[in-house]
Amino acid sequence: MRMTRVFCLQIWAILWKDIRYELRSKQTWLGMGMFALLVLVIFNFTFDLHPDTVAAIAPGALWVAFIFASLLGLGRTVAAEREQTSLDRLLLTPVDRKAIYLAKLLGNLLFIGVVEIVALPVFAILFNLPIWQGSTLLTLILIVILGALGIASVGTLFSVLAAATQARELLLPILVFPLVVPVVISAVRATSVVLVPSVNEPPWLSLLLAFDVIFLSASTLLFQYVIED
Amino acid sequence: MALAKQISQTTDGHVVGGQRLARRRWPLVSVILGVLTALTMSLSIWLIFVYTPIDALQGETQRILYFHVPTAWAGMLSFVIMAGLGIIYLFKPDERLDWLARASAEVGVVFLTITLILGATWGKPIWGAWWVWDARLTATLILWFMYVGYLMLRSYMGRTVESARGGAVIGIIGAIDVPIIYLSVNWWRGQHPVTQIGTQGALPPQAVLTIMVALVAFTLLYAFMMVQAYQLQRLQTLAQRLRIQVE
Repeated sequence: MRMTRVFCLQIWAILWKDIRYELRSKQTWLGMGMFALLVLVIFNFTFDLHPDTVAAIAPGALWVAFIFASLLGLGRTVAAEREQTSLDRLLLTPVDRKAIYLAKLLGNLLFIGVVEIVALPVFAILFNLPIWQGSTLLTLILIVILGALGIASVGTLFSVLAAATQARELLLPILVFPLVVPVVISAVRATSVVLVPSVNEPPWLSLLLAFDVIFLSASTLLFQYVIED
Repeated sequence: MALAKQISQTTDGHVVGGQRLARRRWPLVSVILGVLTALTMSLSIWLIFVYTPIDALQGETQRILYFHVPTAWAGMLSFVIMAGLGIIYLFKPDERLDWLARASAEVGVVFLTITLILGATWGKPIWGAWWVWDARLTATLILWFMYVGYLMLRSYMGRTVESARGGAVIGIIGAIDVPIIYLSVNWWRGQHPVTQIGTQGALPPQAVLTIMVALVAFTLLYAFMMVQAYQLQRLQTLAQRLRIQVE
């Protein structure tokens, strides 16, 4: 019991440090948010949107914006530590590696979550989508959070790995995109089922949850091997 | 000159960084595998182009299958081997395991590239399209991307322990992921037919024999290339160590 409490306190300490850092600099949030909005705007031009095609294109546009914006944020997971060379000190503290991973994951999830919560209404306005009913909105938010968790769990693991190289911005998408394909498929399909209800679809939301659990547990266990001693 | 002298002194069966340098130019295992590969490969080429009857529907195009299936098998086998070696490496760090895993990735990506190209060449006349977003094809393509990501990471990180561990982690996550990708693409595509390739029962016995021999031949070729790639990995690491020693 005490162990669990200490574990949670450790996670909170690292997470709070990252949140305070971000609140002061505001680099990541602003960058990711603007990027996501710009992708949505670009999508308006690349696809000639008609009322009858918008429901088919919108989920894809939303998720492309989210995934690219997430990768921007994920790339900065340990950027502050690298720039200030404080990663060694973080590793020297008597903290379980799993706590470091979970704290970094929660931090990423928070950044992505905030950006998505801001981008979602803008998305609905730009694409003229009816998402304002209570249940639709709640389901959509749930899908968005679960999708973000799936991307962030793999992304946090690999961003630490890619951060050890010179070409981290280049390498991260190459490593992460193939791995998150199942999450992307289920998130996009779940979103389009919410927007346009259809029969005979697999339970995408449960599948998304299952993928999250698999990725989260595998990454938590493997994180200790990617962070250098 | 002085540098060359020093290296030639060290290379003569000495120990560099805990690893002995090979004295034999042609290790026995390499010779045996090479001869076996050459024999079975010649046999299988004869079987493919002379022995098997021409397919009634697909004609000559069907012969691509005898190359496509074995290369796909070798490409996927090498990913399984890479992931397995990764798991062992995390428990018991030994650089030889890592050399083997990296060699497996290098050979695997070549086989998988050939598989994808052959598949597209077969698909154009038979399906009418170079590419179809079917579960098998998609999973294979994603697997190819994982190989490329793995090799890129390894070459960026250099020959360090972290690099080996990172490679092992990619191998393990990838091995978990590929079946999931296969399943999710399958669900995504819903009612689409999954297996357009002729089922085993439909093939005549000559074709089954040919494909079996081809599988053996390509597995031997894979093993032969693995040995070569492993030697190359080993020598590159040792050369790097020697260079550091000299400097």
